[in-house]
Amino acid sequence: MIELNFLSYEFMRNALLAGLAAAVLCGIIGIYVILNRIVFISDGIAHAAFGGIGLGYFLGYDPLAFGIGSAVLTAIGIGLTSSRAKVSEDTAIGVFMATGMALGIMLLTLSRGYARDLFGYLFGNILAVSMNDVLLILSLTAIILALVFLLYKELLLLSFDPVYAQAIGLPVSSLRLLLLAMVAFSVVVLIKVVGIIMVIALLTIPGAISRRYLKGLPSIMAGSIILGALFVIIGLLISYDLDVPSGAAIILTAAVAFFLSTLISR
Amino acid sequence: MAEIKERILSIRDLWVSQGGHVVLESINLELFAGDFLGIIGPNGGGKSTLLKAMLGLIKSDRGEISLFGLPPARARSRVGYVPQKTVFDRSFPVKVQDVVLMGRYSRVGLLHRYGTEDRNCSLRALEAVGMADRAEREIGALSGGEQQRVFVARSLVSDPDLLLLDEPTAGIDSAQQTDFYELLSHLNCDLGKAIVMVSHDLTAISTYVNKIACLNQRLYYHGSKELSNEDIEKAYGCPVEMIAHGTPHRVLREHD
Repeated sequence: MIELNFLSYEFMRNALLAGLAAAVLCGIIGIYVILNRIVFISDGIAHAAFGGIGLGYFLGYDPLAFGIGSAVLTAIGIGLTSSRAKVSEDTAIGVFMATGMALGIMLLTLSRGYARDLFGYLFGNILAVSMNDVLLILSLTAIILALVFLLYKELLLLSFDPVYAQAIGLPVSSLRLLLLAMVAFSVVVLIKVVGIIMVIALLTIPGAISRRYLKGLPSIMAGSIILGALFVIIGLLISYDLDVPSGAAIILTAAVAFFLSTLISR
Repeated sequence: MAEIKERILSIRDLWVSQGGHVVLESINLELFAGDFLGIIGPNGGGKSTLLKAMLGLIKSDRGEISLFGLPPARARSRVGYVPQKTVFDRSFPVKVQDVVLMGRYSRVGLLHRYGTEDRNCSLRALEAVGMADRAEREIGALSGGEQQRVFVARSLVSDPDLLLLDEPTAGIDSAQQTDFYELLSHLNCDLGKAIVMVSHDLTAISTYVNKIACLNQRLYYHGSKELSNEDIEKAYGCPVEMIAHGTPHRVLREHD
C-alpha cells in the first residue's frame, strides 16, 4: 500500500505524468534514433541544450524553454554544418556538445543558487517537475505524435533508404532536419526526467529491447512505449522507497532490463 | 516502314562538374521506347553521376536533359530507379511489401497515405519479379539476389516507362546474377520497359542489352550495340581485353 499513497502528493503526480510522456517520446523517437543511427547526434543535442538552460537561468527566464531553443538550434546547426561545410558530422557534434556544456556551466555559475539546479539538470530531478513543466511536456509530446502520424510514410522511407528516397523526390534534407528537431524536443523533455548525462540511455534502451522481440515498426513502437513507462514507474517507486535519485533509479532499471533481455535472447 | 518510336530520353551537350572538376563532358544521348542501354566505363568515369543527372538530382553546367519531353524532376513518376547496392540495416523492421510500397511515393506524394490501389500495385510488382510469396517476410530475411528483385519491384510499382539501374548486380552471386539479367530481359521485351543499366560487367551486359555506350567523362555511343576498339581504348585509357569472345552477341565488331 505504501506504493500507492505516493500518488497523493502533487509532485509525485507531476513526476508520473512527465515520466509517462517521456516514455511515449522515447518509444517513438527512440526507434527513429536507432534506425537512423543518430545516437551520437542525439547525445550531442542533449549536452548542447545545457547552454540554453544556463542562458535561461542567467537571464531569469524559463530554463526549459531556452533549453528547447538551443537544442533545436544545435540540431539544425549539426545538420547544416555536416552537409554544407567540410567538417565531418562527428567533429561538428563534438564541438557543439562541449561548447554547450561549457556555456551552461559558465552561465549557471554566474547566476545565484546554481549548485542544486546544476545537479538536477545533469542527473535529472523528476520530482521537481512543476505543473507548468508538465503542460509544456504534454504539448511537446502531442506535437511530436501528430508529426509522426502525418509523416509516418516519409520517415520510414528516410530511415530505410535515404539515397533512394532522394532519387524519387522526397525532400530528404528538410525531413532529416525535422527529425533532428523532434529529437531535440524529446531530449529536452528527457533532461527533466533523467538528466543530460543519462538521456541517451532512456532514448535507446526501450527501443533496443523492443525490436529484439517484436516485428513491424508500429508494434515495436508500442512495445517500446510500454517498456519505457515500466522503467519510469519502477524507477520512481525505487526512488521514493529508498530515497535515492530518481534519474539514476530509472536508468538502472532500464539497464537491468536490457542486460536481462540480452542474456535471455542468447 | 520506319516505325516511329516514342523518344524517352534526350540529352543534349550536357556538362557537369563537381568540386571544380569536369565529370561529364558534352554528353549526347537519345533513347527510344523498347531500348535496353548498357553503360560501361571505368570507375570514376561518371556513370553514377550521369544516372543522377537523369533523375534530376544534379545541376548541370550547361546542356539539357529531357525525359518524356519534361525536365527530369517532373518526370519522376514515369521513371523507376534501382540504386547501387542499397545499404541498409539487415534487421530493419520492415516487410517486403512495405519496401515495395515506398516506390509509390512519387505518385502518392507528401502527407498522403497509401491506399488499396497502391497495395494492389505493390503485389503486382512483386509478382512481376517472382517475389509475390515473400510479400509478408522481413526484407532482411531475404538473400542478396532476392532483395535486389524486391528493389526492382519497388522501382516498378509506380508503373514507370523507363528503369534506371546503377550496378544492380554488385554483391550478388553469379547464379543469381543470370536470373536477374533474365528478369530485366523479360521486363524489357515482354513488358516494354526501356532500361538504362550501368555496369562494369561487360560480359553480362553484352548478352542482354541492345545498345551499349562507354563512359569516361565523354560518352562513346553510336546508337547501336557496337563500340569500336578505339572507343574503348579512349574511354579506358588503355587497350582492354575484357570483352569475352564466344558469347552469343559481341560487343565489338571485328575490325579487319
